[in-house]
Amino acid sequence: MNALTRFLRRLEGPQTLGRGPLFWAGFLVTLAAACAYPLFSDGYTVGNTVYFFTWIFMALGLCLIWGYGGSLSFGQTAFFGIAGYSYGILTINFGAAYGFTFVALVFAVAVAALFAALLGYFLFFGRISGVFLGIVTLSVTLVLERFMAQTAGPEWRIGAARLNGFNGMSNMPPLTLPWPGGDIVLFPDVELYYVVLAMLVVVYLGLRILVNSPFGNVLVAIRENPERAEMLGYDIRKYQLGTFVIGAALAGLSGVLYTSWGQYITPSSMGMTAAALPIVWVAVGGRSDLTTTLIGTVTVLAVFQALTIHGSQYALVVMGVMLVLTVLLAPSGLIFALARLVARPFTKRLPGDA
Amino acid sequence: MPLIETRALNKRFGGLHVTNNVDLALETGEVHCLIGPNGAGKSTLFRLILGEHLPSSGAILFAGEDITALKSFQRIRRGMSVKFQVPGIFKALSVRQNLEIAMQHHYEPAHLAEEIDKLLAFLNLAADAGRLAGNLSHGQKQWLEIGMAISLKPRLLLLDEPTAGMSPEETHATGEMIQRLNADGMTVLAVEHDMAFVRQVAHKVTVLHLGKVFAQGSIDDIVANEDVAAIYLGQTTAHATAHQQPGGLHA
Repeated sequence: MNALTRFLRRLEGPQTLGRGPLFWAGFLVTLAAACAYPLFSDGYTVGNTVYFFTWIFMALGLCLIWGYGGSLSFGQTAFFGIAGYSYGILTINFGAAYGFTFVALVFAVAVAALFAALLGYFLFFGRISGVFLGIVTLSVTLVLERFMAQTAGPEWRIGAARLNGFNGMSNMPPLTLPWPGGDIVLFPDVELYYVVLAMLVVVYLGLRILVNSPFGNVLVAIRENPERAEMLGYDIRKYQLGTFVIGAALAGLSGVLYTSWGQYITPSSMGMTAAALPIVWVAVGGRSDLTTTLIGTVTVLAVFQALTIHGSQYALVVMGVMLVLTVLLAPSGLIFALARLVARPFTKRLPGDA
Repeated sequence: MPLIETRALNKRFGGLHVTNNVDLALETGEVHCLIGPNGAGKSTLFRLILGEHLPSSGAILFAGEDITALKSFQRIRRGMSVKFQVPGIFKALSVRQNLEIAMQHHYEPAHLAEEIDKLLAFLNLAADAGRLAGNLSHGQKQWLEIGMAISLKPRLLLLDEPTAGMSPEETHATGEMIQRLNADGMTVLAVEHDMAFVRQVAHKVTVLHLGKVFAQGSIDDIVANEDVAAIYLGQTTAHATAHQQPGGLHA
């Protein structure tokens, strides 16, 4: 068995739900349906679907940190906001020519990851864990929101980019692909849909490989019993920090995509409500698995959107109720419980049923 | 040169002097048992050796190297391994995965599965490889953790009450396992209450009392020691108790 096949075999493993031809056939059918979807819809609707997709990266990142690593973090929205603002500042100052928006994307995600590395260093090497990790990360998020909200004055500018306080920053260019015969500007439309879909597939498969690798093994070991993991010779704080940074980078990617999608970012994207929502998406779907997180996030977002569109003022209340019901009735997640029920006849080894 | 040595080791928690000037030395190849009543400081001494607590003063040497300031995982990487009192296993993961996590960096990826199979057979857990570790019987959990500990091929194996909750048969089998490992050159330091077990495996016994080394010697020296019997309240002679009930000397 050479290294490459070993690498690809990690697409399935003990840390991920779904294996074998049946699962991958289902995956390909879903992917084909997702690719064909714009053919049966209009550009405006497809553009709105991209909006859902932008959040999934942040949810997958939280799934990695919380579901696999066992550290509940409210910090995802902080990294989301940092990357979103960074993208705005960079592109407003340097424009969109020569594919710079994608360079800005990479830089913005890197800024978020760097911030996460700094914060995470003090958290994990300071041995802060459990509920205190949640409290500190939530505080950081709220502090950032408060800070950005008071930047309304003209003195708060970085180059040509006004931070604009509570009203937020707008008019940054959308992602732009340099193309012979004219750049392709990725407005919320079919082109952006395919770009984000491709990113989603790469990130999803990449994370599957990551969690089934020796790194992923150590990660779940830390979740199950950090003391034992350390006493097997693992520097658990490094693993926790690495995971935190990867998760933060994914939240940053969400932030950049969201900002370029709407050409708009405000401090409330880092507020209390925004910080709580990823927790709901990930918990309801089933935080201990990437696939259930993905399905759960899309489902919950769709329900949330439907409620909001149809004028329900109670969309957020429904989110809260969903979280409470999940915690009480299916602590491992609703989608997870359902998937286990459906998958039981087909597979022998599932988490919790091995 | 001793494999592990503590020099004038002290640990205070506020006003509580839990480890009081402890000098302990284990030669390579020794099986050494640590006994003593509750609160004698056995667990604290373990945690000091493992780096979970840092000593208030004193030094710990491993194979001649001062490891007093090293972190736990660094000490493990130098050749220590531990089995905790309460089985420290990954309950939500399969037995095989538990061993894989322990062994994945010690073997070539191509040979890993084969090595895990070997260890599963050694531990009598081959039939349970796919089960969740949390669903094993108590004795099996203990064995699984011992398996994880020895899979690191440590030079020094620390065992905190390895036979707690085991049946006499399981206890005896565990003793035989330790003797086999010791025959292969592993040095063992064990906290243990079961005197039959101590008699089975120990070359040397150290009695801790109120944080200090109270007595040290062979098992026969220790059970003959009237003062040792006296610190186990309500037991006239440790010797008699140890013989009347194999699980005796429950401190």
